[in-house]
Amino acid sequence: MSVASQDVSLRLAEIVGGENVLAERARVAEYAIGGMAPATVARPSSGEEVAEILKFAAAERLAVVPTGARTKLGMFLPPRRYDVALDMSRQERLIAYDPGDLTLSVEAGMPLAKLAETLEQHGQFLPLDAPFFSRATVGGTISVGVDSPLRQMYGTARDYVLGMEFVTGEGTLAKSGGRVVKNVAGYDLHKLMIGALGTLGAITKIHFRTFPRPADVRGFAAIFEDAAGALEMRRRIAESPLALMTLEILSARAGEILAGETFFPKHWTLVASFAGNESVLARQERELRRMAEECGARDTMALDEERAASAMARVREFAAIILDASPAAVIVKMGVPPARMKEILDAGAVAAETHGLAWAAMARGCGVIYFALLPGGRSEESRTAVAAAGNRIIASCAALGGNATVPWSPAEWKGALRVWGAERSDFDAMRSVKKVFDPQGILSPGRFIG
Amino acid sequence: MNSQLLGTLKKLLGADGVLHKPEELLLYEYDGSIVMASADCVVFPRNTAEVAEIARLANRYQTPLVGRGAGTGLSGGALAREGGIVTVFSRMNRILAIDAENQRATVQPGVVNADLSAAVAHLGLHFAPDPSSQKACTIGGNVAENAGGPHTLAYGVTTNHVMALEMVLPDGEILRVGSAAPDPAGYDLPGLFTGSEGTLALVTEITVKLVRLPEAVKTLLAIFDTVDDATETVADITARGITPAACEMLDGWTLRAVEAYVHAGFPLDSAAVLLMDVDGLREAAEAQAQDVAEVCCKHRAREVRVARDAAERELLWKGRKNAFGAVGRLSSTYYTQDGVIPRTKLPQTLRQIGEIGKKYGFEIGNIFHAGDGNLHPIILFDARDKEQFRRAAAAADEVVKLCVEMGGSITGEHGVGMEKDRLMPLLFSEADLELMRRVRDAFNPAGLLNPGKIFPAGKGCGEIRTRPLAEPGKGAWIA
Repeated sequence: MSVASQDVSLRLAEIVGGENVLAERARVAEYAIGGMAPATVARPSSGEEVAEILKFAAAERLAVVPTGARTKLGMFLPPRRYDVALDMSRQERLIAYDPGDLTLSVEAGMPLAKLAETLEQHGQFLPLDAPFFSRATVGGTISVGVDSPLRQMYGTARDYVLGMEFVTGEGTLAKSGGRVVKNVAGYDLHKLMIGALGTLGAITKIHFRTFPRPADVRGFAAIFEDAAGALEMRRRIAESPLALMTLEILSARAGEILAGETFFPKHWTLVASFAGNESVLARQERELRRMAEECGARDTMALDEERAASAMARVREFAAIILDASPAAVIVKMGVPPARMKEILDAGAVAAETHGLAWAAMARGCGVIYFALLPGGRSEESRTAVAAAGNRIIASCAALGGNATVPWSPAEWKGALRVWGAERSDFDAMRSVKKVFDPQGILSPGRFIG
Repeated sequence: MNSQLLGTLKKLLGADGVLHKPEELLLYEYDGSIVMASADCVVFPRNTAEVAEIARLANRYQTPLVGRGAGTGLSGGALAREGGIVTVFSRMNRILAIDAENQRATVQPGVVNADLSAAVAHLGLHFAPDPSSQKACTIGGNVAENAGGPHTLAYGVTTNHVMALEMVLPDGEILRVGSAAPDPAGYDLPGLFTGSEGTLALVTEITVKLVRLPEAVKTLLAIFDTVDDATETVADITARGITPAACEMLDGWTLRAVEAYVHAGFPLDSAAVLLMDVDGLREAAEAQAQDVAEVCCKHRAREVRVARDAAERELLWKGRKNAFGAVGRLSSTYYTQDGVIPRTKLPQTLRQIGEIGKKYGFEIGNIFHAGDGNLHPIILFDARDKEQFRRAAAAADEVVKLCVEMGGSITGEHGVGMEKDRLMPLLFSEADLELMRRVRDAFNPAGLLNPGKIFPAGKGCGEIRTRPLAEPGKGAWIA
């Protein structure tokens, strides 16, 4: 740091007010990432204040990490340097909501749950059913790029974020996109911000398209002896005209950890949800049951609205529940062409078992797999086993033309894992983009490449 | 044009791969819009390596380089505004791979949009973005412009369907971004490059999602006696959370022009019609058709017709998709605008557009993607009359400004190109534009790739060689 911490606090207090600067050890410790705490926390209340802070930080070369509710700060890599935590949680206003147009603008610090309540009053929702839902903010969720089971029907954030306002690493308040559902004016810079972990800018406002909440939702679960039957059923669903809202396959161990009345230990579960009027619901359930039987399911369950919601909440919180049950878990996220999921699940099982590790997996219908390695503890032995198995899975995934990263792992093991997967041929292009948005390298340095 | 460069290009691409005589270049001076600009030569590469070599040559000779698909664009995106080499992808028109079980296809940029859907129809799949020019326009052009179309209301525009791109950067480097598998690590580069209007790279290969064809489609034609009733119907359909697969509006003026040409069965005495598709499972499409019809009736629809079969459905859609040709029969020149507004503002915006027409002495027709709030007002005028041209342009600008005042955008699908660069400050601050310029410079540092597009000309840019409007824009489409 080129200026003393005290001077930093004073300058930040000029911008956001003294009561919104935290420097006491106990307070800043709450913002620690992988054991590294920032010197100062600033809680700006507007995009303009964020811009002032980042201008100052750029001039002083202070490393800044934007934060929301801090539920996912430990994901991926920790920052290389960490001077200031930019706590965005005071910026939680609803800026505009036009229910008739199904569009909405919020500040980045708006909690997902609070947003859901607002939308619910108009019979609408945002299909961002992301983990840590009860606490997470909209900005943090978008920034980390976690996905939602609802992507089966609604796509990912890139499909329903219409525009953003953000502050670059030079302290420039900028925007792209807009508030309307169709727009091709200018570059879609906001798409770059999704999943960028705050390395390109601090997101201050987000414009979304919202969706009508379906009146009636039901669920369906099919229980299989092994992965093959469940995956075959996924294939048949993909080739059918059924339009499911969610579609996940849980491994035996994953079902055991998620528990509840939908999931059973020792068996694989395919769990789906769908919406429509009575005849549409009946048709979907009927076809799902038929497919399950043809694929050798040992049991099937129709889930009423309440049971479907409870099963979906557990599926949404897969990562959170796994980490709660097994704090040393390493979760590898993979994206593969959906028809290759069997191969990668088999490869994962072999890699885990070869190294004596328990594992649990959740596969989404679209080809995304969360594969959790579950070591018994944090011993050196566990670290070695997890690193060997994890890196082997990442390599297998790459060989299948897939994408693998390690969003969650104990901080002290990250050095042994290829957290961002194999080097991609477009990483250099991404480094060029990073230089445009953050020439001084002050935004979350080291969280991603560069 | 530098004769050494021309000679090298001919050696690289063969004599039939290079056009440079003035009469040969005429075709490439325009697109579907009313702007024009002439190239110094037009080249037809056969593969990525040739595109890369063309880029290196353009770089060595410091010559502007512009990509072009079928030339159906509506904002001058594929025109050589500052002269130079136009690279046409018509010889790179192969579908490279169809992966039915993973619902993907990889294509060269010159593949015609409708050809891809035709090639996968037997698998029960299609490529969802469906601009009205889909029988001619190319997927490379769709990617450059982030093209839309009537059915993007439910299925999303081009960017929602692009998974991976292979591109040639202006220095000849080949860059691959994205992945045929979900969620590649890092920044969403396909999202940045799609819709960048050819200013960042030349796309040489595209991996897209294929979407399952719906089990059932129902096409409805709702007929109204006032434009207000039709626009209020659209706002109400949206507000009730009904999402048709497509929801198009034709006002009375437009539907009469279309009917005279296509004989689709549009009632000549009505003030407006809504053409809507609902699709999905049989049971769902049935129910949605009923819901839509109810809303139409609530807003005083005179009649709601449901197409009885595929032939009737196709005829109705033919009327919509050939509307431009129909308008072309009425006037030698017309100017199609492209703006977006919140759906709740449809009724008042359409009224105000009518008033703008009156003020400037034009009848403005409206045929547009009502469900998206994506307007396409059409102004008929005589291009030979300079004063009329000036007034038409002023009226069009006022319509775009109105869209922005309503909280919308200056373009929903046609692109900024060289038509709306000067209007960008209506939406974006200098800081926004400067950041976008720096992103452009990161990939296109010398500014050789498609210069004079998107960004308003700054100070000291010199004169831009743009020819004033001379010819009518014939045979184009309203996307």
